[in-house]
Amino acid sequence: MQLVLEKRAERSTFIALASPLLAVALTLVTMSIFFLILGKNPVTALYVYFIEPLTDSYTLMEIAVKASPLIMIAIGLSLCYLANVWNIGAEGQFLIGAVTGSWLAVVTNGTDAGPWVLPAMLVMGALGGALWAMIPALCKVRFGANEILTSLMLVYVADLILDYLVRGPWRDPKGMNFPTTASFDPVATVPTLMDSGRLHAGVILTVLVVLAAAIMLGRSIKGFEIRVVGAAPRAARFAGFSAEKLVIFTFAVSGALAGLAGIIEVAGPVGVLQPGISPGYGFTAIIVAFLGRLNPLGILVAGLFLALTFIGGEGAQISMKVPLDLTKVFQGILLFYVLACDSLILYRIRLVATKPKAA
Amino acid sequence: MSGQEPVSSSARAPLLQAIGITKQYGSFLANDGVSIDLYPGEIHALLGENGAGKSTLVKIMYGLIQPSAGELRWLGEKIELSGPSDARARGIAMVFQHFSLFDNLTVAENVALGLDGSESFAAMSARLAQVSRDYGLPLDPKREVWRLSVGERQRIEIVRALMQNPKLLILDEPTAVLTPQEADQLFTVLDRLKGEGRALLYISHKLDEVKRLCDTATILRDGKKVATCNPRSETAASMARMMVGAEIGEVRATTARATTAPRLLIRDLSMAPDDPHGTYLRNISLEVLGGEILGVAGVAGNGQDELFSALSGERLAPHEDNVIIDGHAAGNLSVTQRRKLGAAFVPEERLGHGTAPRMKLSENALLTGHAASHMVKHGFVDRPATLKAVDTTTKTFDVRKAKRDPEAASLSGGNLQKFIVGREILREPGVLVVSQPTWGVDAGAAAVIRQALIDLSGRGTAVLVISQDLDELTEISDRIAVMFHGTLSAPIAAAAATREKLGLLMGGASPETATTEEVFHAVGA
Ligand SMILES: Nc1ncnc2c1ncn2[C@@H]1O[C@H](COP(=O)(O)OP(=O)(O)OP(=O)(O)O)[C@@H](O)[C@H]1O
Ligand SMILES: [Mg+2]
Repeated sequence: MQLVLEKRAERSTFIALASPLLAVALTLVTMSIFFLILGKNPVTALYVYFIEPLTDSYTLMEIAVKASPLIMIAIGLSLCYLANVWNIGAEGQFLIGAVTGSWLAVVTNGTDAGPWVLPAMLVMGALGGALWAMIPALCKVRFGANEILTSLMLVYVADLILDYLVRGPWRDPKGMNFPTTASFDPVATVPTLMDSGRLHAGVILTVLVVLAAAIMLGRSIKGFEIRVVGAAPRAARFAGFSAEKLVIFTFAVSGALAGLAGIIEVAGPVGVLQPGISPGYGFTAIIVAFLGRLNPLGILVAGLFLALTFIGGEGAQISMKVPLDLTKVFQGILLFYVLACDSLILYRIRLVATKPKAA
Repeated sequence: MSGQEPVSSSARAPLLQAIGITKQYGSFLANDGVSIDLYPGEIHALLGENGAGKSTLVKIMYGLIQPSAGELRWLGEKIELSGPSDARARGIAMVFQHFSLFDNLTVAENVALGLDGSESFAAMSARLAQVSRDYGLPLDPKREVWRLSVGERQRIEIVRALMQNPKLLILDEPTAVLTPQEADQLFTVLDRLKGEGRALLYISHKLDEVKRLCDTATILRDGKKVATCNPRSETAASMARMMVGAEIGEVRATTARATTAPRLLIRDLSMAPDDPHGTYLRNISLEVLGGEILGVAGVAGNGQDELFSALSGERLAPHEDNVIIDGHAAGNLSVTQRRKLGAAFVPEERLGHGTAPRMKLSENALLTGHAASHMVKHGFVDRPATLKAVDTTTKTFDVRKAKRDPEAASLSGGNLQKFIVGREILREPGVLVVSQPTWGVDAGAAAVIRQALIDLSGRGTAVLVISQDLDELTEISDRIAVMFHGTLSAPIAAAAATREKLGLLMGGASPETATTEEVFHAVGA
């Protein structure tokens, strides 16, 4: 017996919708096995992970706060992936956006600078992320360098730049040698939306980004260009769309969105620039993009779901003493299943008897 | 085996029977109760207009799609094919209308991907070389596919099918993309396969071929079987009548058209190819007048593709005045800018080049329409306008499809061809460059397309037609030039372009020599 992948003649729309759900289901089964191995009751564990956070208004808000950067980054990544451009370095663009945006907060710290600071920080953050993303984009267009490697490696560079700044020039003199900047002034902070909890105005920006992306992909000629270049490169060239310009464009947009998410994160929930501002948002967003089928509304749902795993993971760590890293294992398994199930849309799996060799 | 006389059906058992096959897409019946019997040692033709349901029927026989109703019998026993590997296991092989090859892989790797079984790669490569030599279809297993001509790619598909040692071989329009010489070579192979006692099912729009090659013909119209006949006792016209259900109109001959100044000029264009196995273009110069159709003949692979991409702007010429469109130096302009100057282009490959296969027709209308039409306003797509373009093309060129706006890949080959030609003609371009306008199109639709090209030139457009079909070129062109090894001969008047003369030019003779040769022939030497 042998397993074969066979191309489907007709693309299955049913499977296109069912595949992310199937991936989630398979992940849950796999996770249950993990919990059993760890000696925990899988039913309780899954409840703590996925249901408990939904029963409390504080954790619900936390989910939105966590989902916001994931969704914003994933929207940018989805544009890249639709155009067959493989930006894996959103984490680095996120960090650099946080750095360039924070620069304004650091230099205006303690002065009486007006309310222009926050908007200017957001612009700087987006610009910083976009410029950082230009490095792999230009390397690809100019020298044919593989953007998967270059964008990924730049994540570590960005991490070190951030580390250097908060341990060196930007360190808070009154901070008892902790590697962190001084707390941002109120004019350099993203306002919260409620009296209690961390729900902040950045969430609204994220929703706007989702809507803008949906309109752009569905209705604008640029969105059409992105889809054609990804789906049929030769036809795209015939249409007069330049794949190279699109590499620059998609990297710039996704870098800007990741950078924006980065500065919102430090100017909002975190409040200072310090190492460890991201629990891997830039990488988790890759999962969000694929789980959401590279569709803006799908990404919205997928982002909320993955944020739930972050919050649930924290809950499980506290109440069940399972390691927090289990959340990352969980997200990795999910990505694996999402990609695997996606091939079912174009292929079907069949078990065939190995037959005697054809003469 | 004599093989010349069609074997009487009762004398022998059929290998494969399709009984009452129906395939439904939504409310549309692509096949409607079709029955057909295939016998060993017989070449069976499957005929019908574009969209009649031929490809659908053979895909069902190959297990690629499931019928909505009806059954298949293999040696009298009912079978269900759950997929192509099932079909292959029984001894059914198929050569598709549109190639399914990976450009970046070698010939051998492509063949390996299409075979099931546990043979080692080395053993498979050796067998590939063996089979291709045996049948006189030479192939180098180590060449990468993107370096091969269309004819050679076709050969891969055929050799791959033969390596399965099939009892039944299905060929879906195998000759649509072949030169006459390549087609002749293929017929020799098919005759031999028939002599070996295999059953063959052969789809083609070229009725002369069918008469020459096939023992039986089944004719489909609108998904239904309308006749089974012996093609040798029919004429091409009588078979065409059964396919269409009416007479096919002749293309109206050109009534002396008024030509104007040249609208498309190529001036001393020399260009290196972008892949190492392409053809250098050498000093190509040509004028296409407004109001004329200029044909470019030549054996495939002599620089036609390179010429097309230099004209369309997919590759830029070395100098801006190498290409002049309506008085504007366009050699360095992008595809979009050239379209804005009123030029339109139809490439030879309809799936993947002329259209994005998995996108809707309306999106494929936008593919070339976004440049110079009202389909885009302030950066946003006017969906109703794109749909309307689809509707107009559908109506004017009789594009048959299952719903209003299907994916391009779901159209039958010929109907998609009508769509991509119609899409450009309806933009009323000032300059039209079209490659192989009627590949895979049935006789009736070919006449419609040719007529539309003639009418377009009648309205003052300069039309450049690149084609391998000499009959087509002599029928519609005013002048014909021939490509050979990247050079283009001076055009000769179509009236003076005999097959012999064109044949000589295609073999590399200069026009003067061609004339002398001809005189020589006429003198009787
Ligand atoms: N997946 C599909 N979904 C909807 N309609 C389809 C699909 N596949 C084929 N059709 C429709 O079925 C009809 C028959 O198509 P088919 O490809 O069998 O035609 P054909 O006889 O091979 O034509 P041609 O000579 O142009 O290749 C066409 O009208 C086509 O639009
Ligand atoms: Mg067909």
